[in-house]
Amino acid sequence: MTETKLRLSGVVKRFGTKLVLDHIDLDVARGEVISLIGSSGSGKSTLLRCINLLEPTDDGVIELDGIDIAEPGLDADPIRRRIGMVFQSFNLFPHMTVLRNVTIGPRKVLGTAQAESNAVARELLGRIGLADKADEYPDRLSGGQQQRVAIVRALAMQPEIMLLDEITSALDPELVGEVLDLVRDLRAQGMTMLIATHEMEFAREISDRVCFLHAGRVLEQAPPEQLFSSPQEERTRAFLQRVIDLG
Amino acid sequence: MSTVLAVALVVVLVPRIPGWDKVRGSFFDGDTFGETFPKLPGRFWYDIQIFLICTPCILLLGLLIAFARNVRTPALYPLRLFATLYTDIMRGVPMILWITIIGFGVPGLIQNRTWGKAVVWAGVALVVAYAAYVAEVFRAGIESVHESQRAAARSLGLSSRQTMMHVVLPQAVRRVVPALMNDLVSLQKDVALVSIVGPVEVLREAGIAKAKFYNFTPYIGAAILFLCVSIPLTRMTDHLLARERRRMQGTAVR
Ligand SMILES: Nc1ncnc2c1ncn2[C@@H]1O[C@H](COP(=O)(O)OP(=O)(O)O)[C@@H](O)[C@H]1O
Ligand SMILES: [Mg+2]
Repeated sequence: MTETKLRLSGVVKRFGTKLVLDHIDLDVARGEVISLIGSSGSGKSTLLRCINLLEPTDDGVIELDGIDIAEPGLDADPIRRRIGMVFQSFNLFPHMTVLRNVTIGPRKVLGTAQAESNAVARELLGRIGLADKADEYPDRLSGGQQQRVAIVRALAMQPEIMLLDEITSALDPELVGEVLDLVRDLRAQGMTMLIATHEMEFAREISDRVCFLHAGRVLEQAPPEQLFSSPQEERTRAFLQRVIDLG
Repeated sequence: MSTVLAVALVVVLVPRIPGWDKVRGSFFDGDTFGETFPKLPGRFWYDIQIFLICTPCILLLGLLIAFARNVRTPALYPLRLFATLYTDIMRGVPMILWITIIGFGVPGLIQNRTWGKAVVWAGVALVVAYAAYVAEVFRAGIESVHESQRAAARSLGLSSRQTMMHVVLPQAVRRVVPALMNDLVSLQKDVALVSIVGPVEVLREAGIAKAKFYNFTPYIGAAILFLCVSIPLTRMTDHLLARERRRMQGTAVR
């Protein structure tokens, strides 16, 4: 069988007394693409943030290549650099040029020389058709362009796994396509990905497996054809019905 | 046009105010001015020097205190508490009192010739008190940088120090430059307070001249010198503020 890249078992996260992640179990194989769906507030973002150690967990194990990274007291920085994350709101650094946004990670964290990291960044930007924007500031770019730069910024660190948190939700509809195309490319290159999304069509197309989150639990997970056409749980059905009615 | 008219009115009307001659005699006396003013710029340079020496110290100390107020590690909580107390106490007492306490008090404890000088300690008083105001400005700036910027930086693997240095602080400083300038304009004026511990800077020089001529005109001379510095600084602050506001609106629209 394929090798497990990431394994979550019994992950619990509370904000105060509110239980936001309720014993999450999830296995992600190397090269696998998993979509997280579920209504807003179901815990998708929190789950991704916990995996990237941006939030401390209260219980459970998060194994990356078999090593528990959720252990309290562990130095989180070397782990985060192996995990790429892209946010709904892009979060590019507004005071840095596009090129600097893409190179800051490699330069400060990996210690890559300036010339080399610039060359890599320009080549990555070229691949997404933004080579000519390298010296612009982010606010000169469209939302779609900014989000693609944010993806490239994460890729420049050569992550082993990518976490995408509703990366098209803040975009005008006509800009969604260019961002999703880039995610398709990543899939084709074999990138392991966890994708929180509201785009059901996209989830169906790109995922090996779809997980339905409800109130901090993985209520159901299955290959997309199965989950979308014959959901086993009543709540999954209700959720899918609702989003299909809306879309 | 309306400005010209207003100025003309002032010029015409003011001399008609009853008692104007008396006022002019004691505040705007040409002879006294000619006699005393030439000495003032040299003394004012002393004030400027104090300002120039204190400013970098204030910015540095203020930044350190702002960092201390921002620590999130529970183990460093006492540091945070100390910084909070520090800013509260320093800002809660009038500047002139700090200068009196530190400027007169500390030299009495020290025999050293340089470090026992009252003016040095008056300068120290300016630094430690102003650093508290500046720390609050920096802190507001640091807090104004959205949490998501931190998350993005940390997710790249940047350490919390690197995140502060490369991501948070540059954005924070940009936003607070106008507020910092405001504080520096106040500092530039408050420098004159060190005169109470004795050095012959511009205010004290003007005081000496006033005593000699029984006339307030030297003070007006000193005021003119302060205005020569503070008005351009204030104008520049307003300009920076307006630019910052335009910039914020610009990004909001996009
Ligand atoms: N920093 C926080 N403090 C308190 N509650 C939070 C915080 N972040 C998220 N939550 C709560 O956790 C729940 C899950 O949120 P989130 O993970 O953002 O859901 P989703 O991404 O699926 O919309 C929500 O009820 C939200 O209000
Ligand atoms: Mg979310």
